[in-house]
Amino acid sequence: MSLLFALFLIGVILLFAIGIYSLLVTTNLIRVLVSIEVLTKGVTLMLIAVGYATGQMAQAEAYVITIIVIEVILLAIATGIVLGLYRESGDILTHDIPTPKE
Amino acid sequence: MNLTILVILLIGLVASAVVCVALSDLLKAAIALAITSAILSIIMFLMGAPLAAVFELSVCAGMITVVFISACSMSRIYTRKEHEQRQKARNRRFLLLPALLVALAVVVFLVLSPHITGVSPIPSGGSGSGVQAALWGSRQVDLIGQIILILTGVYGVIVFFKEKEADGK
Repeated sequence: MSLLFALFLIGVILLFAIGIYSLLVTTNLIRVLVSIEVLTKGVTLMLIAVGYATGQMAQAEAYVITIIVIEVILLAIATGIVLGLYRESGDILTHDIPTPKE
Repeated sequence: MNLTILVILLIGLVASAVVCVALSDLLKAAIALAITSAILSIIMFLMGAPLAAVFELSVCAGMITVVFISACSMSRIYTRKEHEQRQKARNRRFLLLPALLVALAVVVFLVLSPHITGVSPIPSGGSGSGVQAALWGSRQVDLIGQIILILTGVYGVIVFFKEKEADGK
C-alpha cells in the first residue's frame, strides 16, 4: 500500500465518520440529505483512490459518473418528498414524519 | 506535482465537510457542501480523472447547491433569535466531532502505517479516451440505467412541482 492510498483511505474514513455522526445527531430532513451527500463524497473519493491503486482510473471514472447521476436523482426526488412533507406537516423534522398507521 | 498539495486538499475536504454538517444555517451548509464538491473535483483532476471532475464540479457543486438553496427558500424562515439558539444547540452537539475525527485519523494511520511500502507517484494527464472506451465499451448497461434514472428523476420533479401548483391554487 502506498502512502497516497493510505491518505485517501483516511480521508474516506473521516468523511464517512462525519456523515454517520451527522445522520445520528440531526433531526432536520434537509440536513439528513446533506449528510447523505457527505457520505456519497466519501464513496466517490474511495472509487478514485481504488482506481489510482489498481491503475484502472478509466473504469473508476465511469463508476464515479454513474454515482454522480444516481446522487442527483436521489437528491431531486428526496428534496421533493421533504418539501411535500413540509407542506403536509409544516415542519421538516424526522420525528414529525407520520407513520403508516397514523 | 507535490504530495503536500494533495494532503492540503484532503484536509480541506474533511474540514469543509465538518463545517457543512456543523453549521446551523442551511444556506451556509449548502455553500459549504458546494466547496466540498469543488475540492473533491480538484482532487479528481489531480489524480487523472478530468471527466469525473467536470461532472462533480458542474453537477454536485452547481446543480445540487441550487436544489438545496431552493429547498431552503421553500421551508420555514427562522428569526435571528431562533437561529442563534439553534446554532448554540448545534455547536453543543458537534463539539465532540473534531476531537473524534483527529483520534480516528491517528488510529487509522497507526493501523495502516505497517502496510505502507512507499510513496507512489501522482499520475499526470487525463484518461479521456480510456473513459470513453470504459463507458461505451464495457458499461453500456450502466448507461441505460443512467438514462432510466434521469427520466425517473425528471418525472419525479414534474410530479412534485405539479402538486405544489395545485396546492397554490
